[in-house]
Amino acid sequence: MSMTFKVREVGGVTIVDLSGKITMGEGSPTLREEVHKLVAEGKKKIVLNLADVNYIDSSGLGELVSSYTSVKNSGGELKLLNLTSRVRDLLVITKLVTVFDVKDDEATAVSSFA
Amino acid sequence: MTDSTTNRGSMTLESDLSSVDAVETKAEQLAREAGFDEDSSSQIAMVAREAVINAILHGNKKDPAKQIHVSYELNAEALRIKIADEGHGLDPDTVPDPLAPENILRSSGRGIFLMKAIMDEVHFHQLNPGTEIEMIKYRVKKELSA
Repeated sequence: MSMTFKVREVGGVTIVDLSGKITMGEGSPTLREEVHKLVAEGKKKIVLNLADVNYIDSSGLGELVSSYTSVKNSGGELKLLNLTSRVRDLLVITKLVTVFDVKDDEATAVSSFA
Repeated sequence: MTDSTTNRGSMTLESDLSSVDAVETKAEQLAREAGFDEDSSSQIAMVAREAVINAILHGNKKDPAKQIHVSYELNAEALRIKIADEGHGLDPDTVPDPLAPENILRSSGRGIFLMKAIMDEVHFHQLNPGTEIEMIKYRVKKELSA
């Protein structure tokens, strides 16, 4: 199963609803490309909603990091929303949970941007 | 220990990423058979997948003349999965620590770390040629409840 995503705007924040797997050869390049496209469009406040992502591997983690640095280097912020237990476990194991600003509900995520 | 059955087998795969799914599916099936819960089984399958991807990309470097050799054993004690490539060898001590502050934002280099974090034991065996990675997950919970 590949990854799908929908992009929407809420209160000046770009929310990307991801669904599926973020893995090597199964959507990872798509995530990076999508985030790079949003950056190129001038989006500075981006939230990745991972509520429907139940599977991620090391390549997928790399794509999240790559997306994070891409947005940060453009002067923006990228936050994560609604982690599933499997994704959260891997972020904790790899200490990436200390890198990302992780939110548990959309309203809080949207209002957290300066 | 009531379960003394040993399930053993092997697979030989092409150095192509299309081979990855077969190993992942088999690893998840074995993990469930071992009695691991859904999340643990998914993680075991994921690291088996990581090991095969490493073998294809970094070991065999996608050389179609080289193959990936997978063997597994599920017995009363543990689930063991071995994945071997035919490449030039890997020194696991040279792999950078992905938790180090200077590496935390790298977009790659977490595969072996995840294998070690999720499995109980991970061993590297140098072959001639190639590298074999052996991953072991003990059926501890099942033993305790027996």
